[in-house]
Amino acid sequence: MNKPIYGLLLGGALGILDGLTAWFTPEVRAAILTIVIGSCIKGLVAGVCIGYFAKKVNSLPLGILFGLAVGMFLAFLAAAAPQPNGQHYYFAIMLPGSLVGAIVGYATQQYHPKSATKSAHS
Amino acid sequence: MKGLPDRVLDHLREVIEAPDLSATRYSLEKEVGRGGMGVVYSAHDTVLDRRVALKVLSSVNTAEPRTLAQLEHPGIVPVHDSGLLPDGRAYYVMKLVQGARLDQFAAGHPALPELLRVMSRICEPVAFAHAHGIIHRDLKPENVMLGPFGEVLVLDWGVARVLGSAQHDSVAGTRGYMSPEQASGLTGALDVRSDVFSLGRIMEYLLASTDAPQPVRAIARKAAATDRELRYAGALDLSADIARFLDGQPVSAYRESWREQTLRWISHHKTLAALILTYVAIRALIFFFTRR
Repeated sequence: MNKPIYGLLLGGALGILDGLTAWFTPEVRAAILTIVIGSCIKGLVAGVCIGYFAKKVNSLPLGILFGLAVGMFLAFLAAAAPQPNGQHYYFAIMLPGSLVGAIVGYATQQYHPKSATKSAHS
Repeated sequence: MKGLPDRVLDHLREVIEAPDLSATRYSLEKEVGRGGMGVVYSAHDTVLDRRVALKVLSSVNTAEPRTLAQLEHPGIVPVHDSGLLPDGRAYYVMKLVQGARLDQFAAGHPALPELLRVMSRICEPVAFAHAHGIIHRDLKPENVMLGPFGEVLVLDWGVARVLGSAQHDSVAGTRGYMSPEQASGLTGALDVRSDVFSLGRIMEYLLASTDAPQPVRAIARKAAATDRELRYAGALDLSADIARFLDGQPVSAYRESWREQTLRWISHHKTLAALILTYVAIRALIFFFTRR
């Protein structure tokens, strides 16, 4: 599995988990399915971008920073769209979204595909 | 009649014991070590103009240099030459190793990771010898030398023996480091786990003055278990467990509690743990403030 694919899967999975935390906010609980799907798509897009970055740039600090930035940007887009109750939750969406991006950034930098390791030794 | 002073007697003894190297290409310098199987001198190779170590064996024992010559490994001192002295004693010539003995190195109180890396390096030549069917039988800190460039060499293969050979010999080794089966004289029943025991005792010696964590102590305990069935199957297994500890992975010799597992994971993934904890803290704060 290469880094973009790894980032895609991890971003999607963490996106789903991040979306599910909306259950703890009663005002938006009714729209949780939409939120989870949206968060998953956001995670997939962020994950593939971060994974592609990790493939090109081998630096843990830069990977985390890039993940943070991509996560924040996509979370901003999600937060900019009004929620079903008409309100915007910038901090509630952007802060965790940025951190999820940073986690994916960390994980993709630390991940070393087996095929790459094999070819490096051969 | 008054006897000669001790100093003079010692000197005479040294002169008498000194090997006659007149028929060889080597000139004697000084004695550098003495063991049950012979005496090691530093000498000068007049042909290649270099210093070497020359071991004079206490008997016509040509098995030791032959055994050693089979073991070509960076962690084992290479044999350059061998022969017989005019008085019938055998000698062999090897690389002169300069550095610190393991016990001298340990006296400097190096950090635990450094100690463990050295311990792991000791296992390598021992495992290599085992793979060639040879057990050392006298592994101890005095028989391990650390070179100035980080080399780790296992010395004194004088009592090494070929596994499964039918040779009958007396109990060899050093008390405190030899395995129980070796001490009991069951020389025919010895296998590589006897050396694993000695390695475990060396590890316990190295850890004695450190505050090593439980998993590391468990590795040494397992290697030096009285029952050989409970020991590591070989020196590489011991080395692998040390490597697992250094890599932040669980070791086979120690069963961790969930708390120890968590702490070990956090200590080896500090950045990721910090990111996850920050995420959870932010989520908790958001939850707290949206509830108000």
